[in-house]
Amino acid sequence: MDQIIIVVILLALGYFFGTWAEKKHYQSILQREKELIHLPTTTSKKPIGTLPPVKESKLVSGSVVISVDYFKRMLAGLRNIFGGQVSSYETLVDRARREAILRMKESCPDATQLINVRIETSSIAKGAKNQIGSVEVLAYGTAIYCQAE
Amino acid sequence: MFITNTEEIPGKTITVCKGVVSGSTVRAKHAGRDIMAGIKNIFGGELAGYTELLSESRDEAIKRMKEQATQMGANAIVNVRFSTSSVAAGAAEIYVYGTAVVVE
Repeated sequence: MDQIIIVVILLALGYFFGTWAEKKHYQSILQREKELIHLPTTTSKKPIGTLPPVKESKLVSGSVVISVDYFKRMLAGLRNIFGGQVSSYETLVDRARREAILRMKESCPDATQLINVRIETSSIAKGAKNQIGSVEVLAYGTAIYCQAE
Repeated sequence: MFITNTEEIPGKTITVCKGVVSGSTVRAKHAGRDIMAGIKNIFGGELAGYTELLSESRDEAIKRMKEQATQMGANAIVNVRFSTSSVAAGAAEIYVYGTAVVVE
């Protein structure tokens, strides 16, 4: 009986805090994406369009580790039985990728363009006994600074 | 030292290719951080301790790669790639590699 109560409490905590955190995070992501929209970011190897002579180029990166809450982990576990789209993990991965790209952009707000962006998913907590459901994302690219015309 | 992950450095010409350089690191946080991560896992959200761990490991790996390139007499590293592997739980393993070159 005690165990059931504990699980219910954990589920409730996970549901309320998790939903709240996700909502807040999405709000902040959307707002920061708007602020940084002026910085073109591409995965192509060469800058897009014709640019003035390049003054400097450097490697920039951003990383983030985000964990899923207890409630969503439970949902995903249930989903595993029936199969289908695990939307609770989809939002987690989406948030992590966007956050990593934003952090990378924030580290070079004055750059003209950000090229050759690559995203790598790392694994820190993988293989632990009490497995922690989290994603670790590392985004990196080359920031190029052009001479002012 | 110029470091980019593109094949060439915009606005510069590569004169000599020195070969592949790499740097790797395995770092872990103390048990307290792991416990905190476990608690955070109930509520969801960012695991700040692990984020810090990831960026520390990244910087360390890049530093080692740079040292190797300097020893080879290169002044730039192009085509840098990050790779991650899984050695132990609670530890971040980052491997970074690229081509050391001399640019003008």
